[in-house]
Amino acid sequence: MHVPDGFINAPVSAVAGVAAAGAVAVSLRGARRELDERTAPLAGLVAAFIFAVQMLNFPVAAGTSGHLLGGALAAILVGPFTGVLCVAVVLLMQGLLFADGGLTALGVNISVMAVVTTVVAYAIFRGLARLLPRGRRSLTVAAFTAALVSVPAAAAAFTLIYAVGGTTDVPLGKVATAMIGVHVLIGIGEAAITALTVGAVIAVRPDLVHGARGLTAPLRLRVGGELIDAPGTTPAPAAAAARSHRKLWAVGLAASVVLAGFVSFYASTNPDGLEKVAHDKGFDKGEKEHAAADSPLADYGIKDISDARLSGGLAGVIGVGATVVAGSAVFWAVRRRRAAGTGPASTASATEPAETGPAPTTSTPSTTEPTATASATEPAENA
Amino acid sequence: MGAGHAHRLYRHGHSPVHALPPHTKLTAVFCFVVVVVSTPREAMWAFAAYALLLASVAYAARVPLLFWLKRLLIEIPFVAFALLLPFVAQGERTEVLGMSLSVHGLWGAWNVLAKGTLGVAASVLLAATTELRELLLGLQRLKLPPLLVQIASFMIRYGDVIADEMRRMRIARESRGFEARGVRHWGVLAKSAGALFIRSYERGERVHLAMVSRGYAGSMPVIDEATATRAQWTYALTLPLTALAVCLLGWTLS
Repeated sequence: MHVPDGFINAPVSAVAGVAAAGAVAVSLRGARRELDERTAPLAGLVAAFIFAVQMLNFPVAAGTSGHLLGGALAAILVGPFTGVLCVAVVLLMQGLLFADGGLTALGVNISVMAVVTTVVAYAIFRGLARLLPRGRRSLTVAAFTAALVSVPAAAAAFTLIYAVGGTTDVPLGKVATAMIGVHVLIGIGEAAITALTVGAVIAVRPDLVHGARGLTAPLRLRVGGELIDAPGTTPAPAAAAARSHRKLWAVGLAASVVLAGFVSFYASTNPDGLEKVAHDKGFDKGEKEHAAADSPLADYGIKDISDARLSGGLAGVIGVGATVVAGSAVFWAVRRRRAAGTGPASTASATEPAETGPAPTTSTPSTTEPTATASATEPAENA
Repeated sequence: MGAGHAHRLYRHGHSPVHALPPHTKLTAVFCFVVVVVSTPREAMWAFAAYALLLASVAYAARVPLLFWLKRLLIEIPFVAFALLLPFVAQGERTEVLGMSLSVHGLWGAWNVLAKGTLGVAASVLLAATTELRELLLGLQRLKLPPLLVQIASFMIRYGDVIADEMRRMRIARESRGFEARGVRHWGVLAKSAGALFIRSYERGERVHLAMVSRGYAGSMPVIDEATATRAQWTYALTLPLTALAVCLLGWTLS
């Protein structure tokens, strides 16, 4: 699945490179929080593990065999940030040493295989592990589902990048069907192996499985015939560090604005792949004008500005701004509600500082950020 | 570990290309690949010129042609994909040997094949003339985040150790009469993978403790700084600059 040079055109590769660099920078910060100064040796050894486990062959049938991709496994075992870092380093070394995946396509490869796979797998795993009843079986189910979805999700992300900057003229529908179809099959194998591996680790060292932290039952001792909680082993609720997300926000916003406003200058002047297919096949004849067609921002341009590039860029910036405002409003509302729900029904909960939410909220900004950049690349492809 | 401390793509030598500082080589290869990718695909002669350029570098580095070509085989899965393109792409079609092929698909296949092959060839040359440690020094010199370089260096240093551990587990499995034949045996293999993870993680913790006891405080000391003179930079950048000239010619002529 390593994308070689020349498959995605230069501008889109560059944009993907910038996105990948941003994701790696965010992960470097996050990994330092997950592992503090142990980051370098531990992440390095986990990367070596992923590199080795990709060489482990799993026989399928009739002499064919497959191997693990490892993104979902890394996310579940060591956490999303360290997972992204490990897979990214593996990809970097594969590109430099083994010529596996092109150097200019490194950004695409990291965005698709390290970031999308890991983030999707971790989000699904944590979500399911919370929803399902506690126990090893539900963790296995969660690991299975996470790996199963993460591989086609990466394929879909690749198809999206291909739609914007592919150099060949294969119809998008065919690419999507082939990519996602094949990767659903691969995903089933990946899911089975990931679930079995996670199960094996949980059986021996449940404390090492990052995704299952805080989900294991506390240790209890039988003293004089009755169970009591073991002293000092009750896992302290992982207190979210009271830190400001403001810097992260500012960087993400700036990157989105730059992408939307300036990079869209250089984007392809063709309409996007779907529109093109629609146009070629002629099934956009019956397309009705959208209800907002004469809104001031219709077709990613601003009405009274004639310079196409300037207007496209401005529309991109405004679009990013609107997305950020809407996203923050939703995020803020959810956090308010959650803060009110966890605290007792007293007035104190309303004045509680917003940063003391439960542990998962710490990863929320990083999941909202891709939405912001995704919305930023959308105008970029249409300007 | 019998192969010493070089990766298996490295080829020991004392050519001028081997002697270049690693960051100049990394920059040169990266710029070269960028230039190749941004060349218009209609300028076929430009790609031949690039191949000639690379061949002259290989000659200067005294990398045998056969060795080089053998390393290119890594591309094969991808070549199969490129060969499929003319059949599935859309647009006007042409007759070749009685088969109806898409013109766009043919151009696309050519584009992907030529650029992909040149990229792989350049990377193989880089890997064949640069030692691992040098490569990491070069990345550090090119201002990659130090933490990322450290992670990469740990991965490289322990990659063989972990792979060896996996090999020992395989030998242990096989000496007990186990042979993985199908899906039914995945459980055993996955347990091995789980054990491998636990061993790697615990080794990481031990390595960290050993480093802390030797005074590690979050950053590695830089012992040998890689520096490059102006002459070395000029020598290394001859490749991408010549390629750039070819590329510009390609844009103006086509």
